[in-house]
Amino acid sequence: MLIKLRNHFDLKAFEITPKTVFHQRRTFLKAAAVAGGALIGAMAPVHARGINFAGVAKSKWSEAALSEHDQISTYDIATEYNNFYEFGTDKGDPARYAGRLKTKPWTVNIDGLVENPGTYSFQDLVRPHQLEERVYRFRCVEGWSMVIPWVGIPLTDVIKRLGPTGSAKYVAFETLLDPKQMPGQRRRVLDWPYREGLRLDEAMHPLTLLAVGLYGEELPNQNGAPIRLVVPWKYGFKSIKSVVRITFTDTQPPTSWNMSAPNEYGFYSNVNPLVDHPRWSQAWERRLGGETNIFGFVPKRPTLFLNGYEEDVAALYAGMNLAKNY
Amino acid sequence: MTPENRIRWLAKPVVWLVCLAPLAQFVWLIATNDLGANPQEFMNRFLGDWAIRLLLVALAVTPLRMLTDWNVVLRFRRLLGLFAFFYIYLHLASYVALDQVFNWGEIWKDIVKRWYITVGVAGVLCLLPLAVTSTKGWIKRLGGRNWNRLHKLVYPAGALACLHFYMMRKGVQLEPIVYAVICSSLLAFRAAYWLRRRTTARTSSAP
Repeated sequence: MLIKLRNHFDLKAFEITPKTVFHQRRTFLKAAAVAGGALIGAMAPVHARGINFAGVAKSKWSEAALSEHDQISTYDIATEYNNFYEFGTDKGDPARYAGRLKTKPWTVNIDGLVENPGTYSFQDLVRPHQLEERVYRFRCVEGWSMVIPWVGIPLTDVIKRLGPTGSAKYVAFETLLDPKQMPGQRRRVLDWPYREGLRLDEAMHPLTLLAVGLYGEELPNQNGAPIRLVVPWKYGFKSIKSVVRITFTDTQPPTSWNMSAPNEYGFYSNVNPLVDHPRWSQAWERRLGGETNIFGFVPKRPTLFLNGYEEDVAALYAGMNLAKNY
Repeated sequence: MTPENRIRWLAKPVVWLVCLAPLAQFVWLIATNDLGANPQEFMNRFLGDWAIRLLLVALAVTPLRMLTDWNVVLRFRRLLGLFAFFYIYLHLASYVALDQVFNWGEIWKDIVKRWYITVGVAGVLCLLPLAVTSTKGWIKRLGGRNWNRLHKLVYPAGALACLHFYMMRKGVQLEPIVYAVICSSLLAFRAAYWLRRRTTARTSSAP
């Protein structure tokens, strides 16, 4: 995957992509596969979904802003180890089956308490805004984490354009519902479609991103193509994928995992080492692909409050009991 | 070949090979560094999957004999049970050594705070005395009747293993439900068999 599409556009993201190949034993096979892929890639349009990635701006949250303990995860880890139950519950299922998802054309329904409701094409939604690169820590509720260089637009820019009315207090999101494209939806693992939500001020925080790419490329389907939410101070399941609907409401919207197990997953789901999940300690996490110990395994590291974004977002929760509002 | 020799020199080695095959695959995956993005999780789940599968296979032996009157299958029950315990032990060891890296404080917290781990550990505690008393010497020491009685602990162990698996998965997932249905069928089959025997003849010695 390292050669593919490389010379089609000038992007710093490629320079920060670690060059190490994750499965070392497959280096040779991979080289052959990449050579083949590059040929196919050369023939295909670079930006199949019609968004030009050439003018991606750097942001405050760049690789340089990472601490010495954080390194960008490999592309392979970020795109082959995914929770996206619409394609199956195994971590490899999304990469295996997400090819069935048709991301072009793609529309997003905007409705509820908003001045400019309607059905927006993916391009119409994204093009008016400046793409930015955001290198964020990503912490799953299951106790593993990665560092991902996203490309996207600040959600607040989109919200300002859509113009929520004065009574809007929350933003609700929905994933595509189509068992033909998303075979995992044939089983009722969750009450489909997948739903998520944020308080309006959380949604309008500058950290909150609508991502359309990673590692300088368009989002692979398994990572939530063509457009997904990224809320880096919350557990990963809040960052809903393949969004088809955004609704502005005055009441707290229902969210999928909270509906499934309310005692385990709250509406807020902020990363918080002090508030344990009933089944996992949240005090620790394993950085996938991180530094290994003498046994050759990555040991657990302490989880940071609000995933290390305390300075940016703690004010959103001033005076709130976060153990109660988990 | 006498029937005895066929069991000893043909059937048993085949059972050994089949039961060791997952371990061989496991070692191969380690040796070829093919454990995916989260090796600890992969190894722990791989071993846990085979532990519960073999436990259910061991639990299926007695119902199979009840159905078919093939007494010969009982000759493999202890072997299968011990292999199940072997994978359970590795599953537990991978959690202690690879996942928690012998952090006994965190392990204790897990046992008392995380229900699915509590349930899993309870299952292991049920099986531990069975593994210990699996030798001929112990059967003699306890006497066949007591030994059989003690080894009924495998029933709660099977149920706890299935519950552990179900609780570990998020949402409503098919795989743990399939295991739970198999396990409860195997246990219900025994119950039905005993009830029938108790009402017809009053002398039951089925284990």
